[in-house]
Amino acid sequence: MESLYLLVPLSVALVFVIGWVFWRSLEAGQFDDLERPAHDILADDD
Amino acid sequence: MESCFHCGEPAGAPARRALVLGSERVFCCAGCEAVACTIAGAGLGGYYQTRTAPASRPSTPIAEPAREIAFPGDERGEAALVLGGVRCAACLWLIEERLRRLPGVTRADVNYATQRAHVAWDPGRTRLAKIIGALRGIGYGAFPYDPSRAAAQEQREQRAALWRLFVAAFGAMQAMMYAFPAYVGDGTLSADAAQLMRWAGLLLTAPVILVSCRPFFAGALREMRLRRIGLDTPIALGLAAAYAASAWATVSGTGEVYFDSICMLAFLLLGARYLENAARRRAARALDPLLGVSPGRVPSVGAVVDVAPGQKIPADGLVLEGLSSADESLLTGESRPVRKARGDELIAGSINLEQPLSMRVTRAGGDTRAAAIARLAERGAASRPHLVEAAERVAHHLTWIVLVLAAAAGTSAADPWIAVAVLVVACPCALALAAPVVLARASGALFARGILLTRAAALGPLDRLTDIVFDKTGTLTHGTPQVTRTLPLSSLDADACVALAGSLERASRHPLARAFPAGGGEPLEAPLNFPGEGLEARVAGRRVRIGTEAFCQALCVLPPAGPAHPNFDGAHVFLADERGWLAAFELADELRPQAAAIVERLKLGGLAVHLASGDRREIGQSVARALWIENCTGAMTPQDKYAYVEALQKRGRVVAMVGDGLNDAPVLARADVSFAMGGGADAAQLRADFVLLGDSLQGILHARRIAARAMRLIRQNIAWALGYNVLALPLAAAGMIGPWQAALAMGASSLAVLLNAMRPLDAEPKWKASTSSFPSPSPSYS
Repeated sequence: MESLYLLVPLSVALVFVIGWVFWRSLEAGQFDDLERPAHDILADDD
Repeated sequence: MESCFHCGEPAGAPARRALVLGSERVFCCAGCEAVACTIAGAGLGGYYQTRTAPASRPSTPIAEPAREIAFPGDERGEAALVLGGVRCAACLWLIEERLRRLPGVTRADVNYATQRAHVAWDPGRTRLAKIIGALRGIGYGAFPYDPSRAAAQEQREQRAALWRLFVAAFGAMQAMMYAFPAYVGDGTLSADAAQLMRWAGLLLTAPVILVSCRPFFAGALREMRLRRIGLDTPIALGLAAAYAASAWATVSGTGEVYFDSICMLAFLLLGARYLENAARRRAARALDPLLGVSPGRVPSVGAVVDVAPGQKIPADGLVLEGLSSADESLLTGESRPVRKARGDELIAGSINLEQPLSMRVTRAGGDTRAAAIARLAERGAASRPHLVEAAERVAHHLTWIVLVLAAAAGTSAADPWIAVAVLVVACPCALALAAPVVLARASGALFARGILLTRAAALGPLDRLTDIVFDKTGTLTHGTPQVTRTLPLSSLDADACVALAGSLERASRHPLARAFPAGGGEPLEAPLNFPGEGLEARVAGRRVRIGTEAFCQALCVLPPAGPAHPNFDGAHVFLADERGWLAAFELADELRPQAAAIVERLKLGGLAVHLASGDRREIGQSVARALWIENCTGAMTPQDKYAYVEALQKRGRVVAMVGDGLNDAPVLARADVSFAMGGGADAAQLRADFVLLGDSLQGILHARRIAARAMRLIRQNIAWALGYNVLALPLAAAGMIGPWQAALAMGASSLAVLLNAMRPLDAEPKWKASTSSFPSPSPSYS
């Protein structure tokens, strides 16, 4: 049970780290077009 | 009839056939064939396997820029192109591949959401004109675009919305983890550990409240300042009360916490809003280019402006110099370019395609036709069908009921959680949310078809339509007379007679004069108008007259021309010179080619079709016979037409009127639904619910299909939302629904209604491909 006192705060910290990572990728424009990349897989580029 | 391999339109008979991609394909026109050959020749045939919608028909003939033209930004080697004619994602793949395979192009990215391409190239190896030409060769329009501040703003907003959604989603997921042990509650959790979980939940929900829920609190504040209860107030109250109560419970260590429910509610509501915005953005995209005609610089009236090829025409005006063509598809839905020569009218927002043009501005800024159309469309979106208005009134009253009930239930039971549950579960969001999305989407879908919706309230009656009344002139027929028969009366052949008549009629302002092609012909000397009779002029030294039989006869003593043409029944025009008769012309207002097929389809759709014509009875009846219209009345004054529609309505019929929109304004206003042909006239002056900008009757069928689907979605949504509220409100007030159940029910209900509203509006029925070939109409009715 004592491990909870380490793991729960750790998970909260992790949430904020993941939030920061998402913020970075959002600002880099990775989510600006959500439709087109899905169709790229159908096209064979050579 | 077979349909075109490239664009899917009926191919006509005889169809063009060509060997493309290893087998023989059918094409409707040379343009489609050329485009398909180019695509296949470039090794991009995969497009035809992956596309989900047929291509748009390319302009014919495919116009290549005549010479090398320097576009602005050419030397930078980088440009944003707005794409035209994009139908599905496969189109974008095709465009991207075509661009990347061009020599000299270093980068090409196409964005589906904004339908824009970003291209970079080596200025030493290629030019923008070549790139645009290559795209035109595979059937797409492209023109350079200056990314405006509005686009950057939109991008910022979209990122913010996604960020809020992500925070709420991640918060909801994680808060559920911390709440889970308490829900399971098998006694193994120590009090200290439970308290730790609560603190973790409190910490985790803080960003959800502070970041994700900002729009709700901002909305509630705005509503409070306006002293008007809206949808954000109960939501904001519910969220704030729930968080405050849970936080107090955490700090004091007593009572319940519902951090997971708060996060989940925020996530579901934000998800619904995100979808709503996406749907609206997509619907508005059709109108966007109209509104953003010229960001920044607005030329003043009377100024002379040069427009480079590929540029947007910045204002309404007249061509002073140059010969080019313009893409007016934005304003008319007609994808073919329109030729522009000296003296022709240019419309702001259309695109100059081939050559540089010099124009004089006649209307600029907010006075342009495009701006007027955009305003009309906005006004149209502001009106709502009766059903939606009623639903909004109910939603407004319901909000008050919810607030009062929440306060009453909370205080009487002395349990704040009941108040929170009532606030959350019964917010009539779904009721007020979903109809506007459907309306915006319907308006966008109609505009994409070249139909301007100026009164959304007309969608309801259009769905319940029982009768449709056509005014003949300008709707079923072209509205302008055409030469239907030429009878040469001398050695001069028919074409020469028409050409001569054309050059004579250039000097005339008589409406019938427009029937003759305004060809070059020989120069006129001393043209003289005889009102009501005709026109006389000297051509190559001879006196020539065109006009009535008597007028021509008086030129010199001529025998009556009558016996030579016993079967004429339209209007007649005669041509004679000093030596004798030259020709007789029969003029008539011809039926539009699709008229018969449209009438047939309307009748198949269960409508009674009427013809109310102001023309002579016989003319009206011959049109009715040609189109198989049973109810035909001729020789009607505008008052008669008004009375006719009124009489139908008294019998309980729902009547649509189709007119030219100018002369029949009273009857158009009287009818439940009105259509106007917007081809030639100024669309902004037409008083009709639907303006067919492309001047094609086909729009009526599209409008009916879209209206039927839109009204069905609205009815479903309102029924769902009302049913849900009626069921959930008493349960929550009685304390039978906890906050977490309320959050789930409310969020899921909003989301369900929105997802329903997002269903396709303009999907052609599956069977259409085989039946779209119209029964070939008889084009004349002589």
